[in-house]
Amino acid sequence: MDILVCVKRVPDTAENEIEIKSDGTGIDEDDLVYSVNEWDNYAVEEAIQIRDRVGGTVTVVTVGDDESEEVLRREMAMGADKGILLSDDAFDGSDGRGIATILKAEIEKGQYDLVLTGALADDGAGQVGGMLAAMLDWPYASVVNSIDVRDDKKIKVGREIEGGNQEVNEIALPCVLSIQTGINEPRYVGIRGIRKVASVDIPVHGASDLGIAADAVGATGARVKRVDYFTPEMGEGAEMLDGSIEEKIDKLIEMLKAKGGLK
Amino acid sequence: MAQLFAYITHTQGKLEDSAAELLVAASKFGGDPVIGIVTGSGGDLDTACQEAAKRYSNVWKFDHAELGYPNAEKVRKLLTDVLPSDAIVLMAHDTFGMDLGPGLSIKLDSAFAADVVGIEAVSDGVATLVRQEYAGMAHAHVTCDLSKGAVLTLRPGVFQPEEDASTSGQVEDKSGDVGDLTTNRNFIEVVEAEIGDVDITKSDVLVSVGRGIEDEENIELAEELAEAMGAVVSCSRPIVDAKWLEKSRQVGTSGQTVKPKVYMAMGISGSFQHLGGIKGSPFIVAVNKNPKAPIFQVADVGIVEDILEFMPELTEKIQEG
Ligand SMILES: Cc1cc2nc3c(=O)[nH]c(=O)nc-3n(C[C@H](O)[C@H](O)[C@H](O)COP(=O)(O)OP(=O)(O)OC[C@H]3O[C@@H](n4cnc5c(N)ncnc54)[C@H](O)[C@@H]3O)c2cc1C
Ligand SMILES: Nc1ncnc2c1ncn2[C@@H]1O[C@H](COP(=O)(O)O)[C@@H](O)[C@H]1O
Repeated sequence: MDILVCVKRVPDTAENEIEIKSDGTGIDEDDLVYSVNEWDNYAVEEAIQIRDRVGGTVTVVTVGDDESEEVLRREMAMGADKGILLSDDAFDGSDGRGIATILKAEIEKGQYDLVLTGALADDGAGQVGGMLAAMLDWPYASVVNSIDVRDDKKIKVGREIEGGNQEVNEIALPCVLSIQTGINEPRYVGIRGIRKVASVDIPVHGASDLGIAADAVGATGARVKRVDYFTPEMGEGAEMLDGSIEEKIDKLIEMLKAKGGLK
Repeated sequence: MAQLFAYITHTQGKLEDSAAELLVAASKFGGDPVIGIVTGSGGDLDTACQEAAKRYSNVWKFDHAELGYPNAEKVRKLLTDVLPSDAIVLMAHDTFGMDLGPGLSIKLDSAFAADVVGIEAVSDGVATLVRQEYAGMAHAHVTCDLSKGAVLTLRPGVFQPEEDASTSGQVEDKSGDVGDLTTNRNFIEVVEAEIGDVDITKSDVLVSVGRGIEDEENIELAEELAEAMGAVVSCSRPIVDAKWLEKSRQVGTSGQTVKPKVYMAMGISGSFQHLGGIKGSPFIVAVNKNPKAPIFQVADVGIVEDILEFMPELTEKIQEG
């Protein structure tokens, strides 16, 4: 089975405080730690496990800039066979539809049986996979938490729905699936693993290689555009306790007693 | 202004809360009354349509055996056939909306905005919306071009209805318009979540740990605190993903819904999927080392500390009595 996994380089929100620039045009990028989108890591692990069971290849692809190459190498160190970087100034400012348009063009240059995305990325949309499937006219399932390959034509797919219940579907290949965290345990990649793939060639494809009209993607093609970031007027929020850790604990214990949290 | 539609979901005839919320969101657009769309089959569908007509003045009913279980691929096919291409379609940002929405926007060749938390203005065919990025740490205004139609998924719980249902709307049976619903994805079954060793929904006090716990061995710190408090340990999703605690201890939309008196959020950022599992307005205590963590917006009491230091000290103080 030939599998393509779409991955994105994102600021690691578990590691960073996200600060908005004072003029609202962006987030402060100094000192941000970037990594591969959490969900995409599970998708790559799943693809590798499927390949190791039934044979085939795993390709990782990203739409990004030169720095995005590092996430491709990281996923190749995990075990992906090949990486492709889709990069062009014309891609800047793409909305979800734009990203899906670019990925679709790359997919049509190859032969894939299965395309995986993450269920969600840093923009919190969870849109690219579903758009891509509709553009390709392939079946789609989102928030997938199990994949059982039946044969080279059909797979059995579990989706995690509300309450942690699982909706099981049978899906014909080729298809697009968006992967939920927890589907597997992504393997650890050490520095040595990354060093091993440091010199592997990663092809870069731009708009003309992919036959994409520049105005179909990027800021010109986008129908959804970010105007600014802002700090919303919030309600009161929490009563913040201050002082030393002992003082905070004493105050908290008082409050917990009053609220029935402590006897 | 193009016609607005709301895709209403129901479970065996019972409407989801989002049915009322979509109506609130639709009212921000002005224009003609929104049309509620309900799909399904048989008696459940009739019940759902009657309920929907208590809020929506116009309800379109689509009855077909293939729609008995809401398979997003089939619903997408149906909606692509029956909706005008400049329609503005609203649905909930839940696992069904995530399944249906993005692809529907492509099929209708319309704009798509996901997980909308605010609709600030609609004018000249452009909607100004509020979304969150970076796990809720940044708010953004986005413009959405409505000129070729749009599909919007709305965050559950945000657009709260004020009034009780009091309309007596019309249900229009549109089942005759249902075309071919053959799809390459077919529903087999729903497997219910496993029941675990403890029932976190029964506890009045929960000590809930998130990714801030950093390591499996630190879970002990939460267990000790819970024991001192007479509480039960629950958690956010990453803790279950890492297999440090059982799935039955996960609070959130894809886990348990809890209604404790006191909820101690320890190293939890406060994603809407997590908060979606906390009901009944408990007293929420948040301890987080990031003073900007979104959890502080919803907590009653906030403490900026390292939980790995804070929890053992709190445990000790409580034990001292
Ligand atoms: C379809 C879907 C369903 C989902 N369902 C659920 C669900 O049911 N439940 C759920 O929880 N999530 C769910 N999620 C995931 C959700 O989006 C978040 O990713 C998740 O809730 C984050 O968990 P967290 O707050 O523990 O981790 P993070 O967001 O990584 O936050 C960790 C927090 O800990 C703080 N921290 C770090 N170290 C320390 C320390 N030493 N001391 C104090 N604070 C520290 C950090 O500042 C940060 O605020 C779902 C996602 C999707 C897409
Ligand atoms: N720039 C990108 N390059 C490659 N894949 C992407 C990109 N943006 C999003 N994706 C894929 O789409 C998934 C969902 O992202 P989103 O729709 O942006 O929330 C991600 O987990 C990736 O698999």
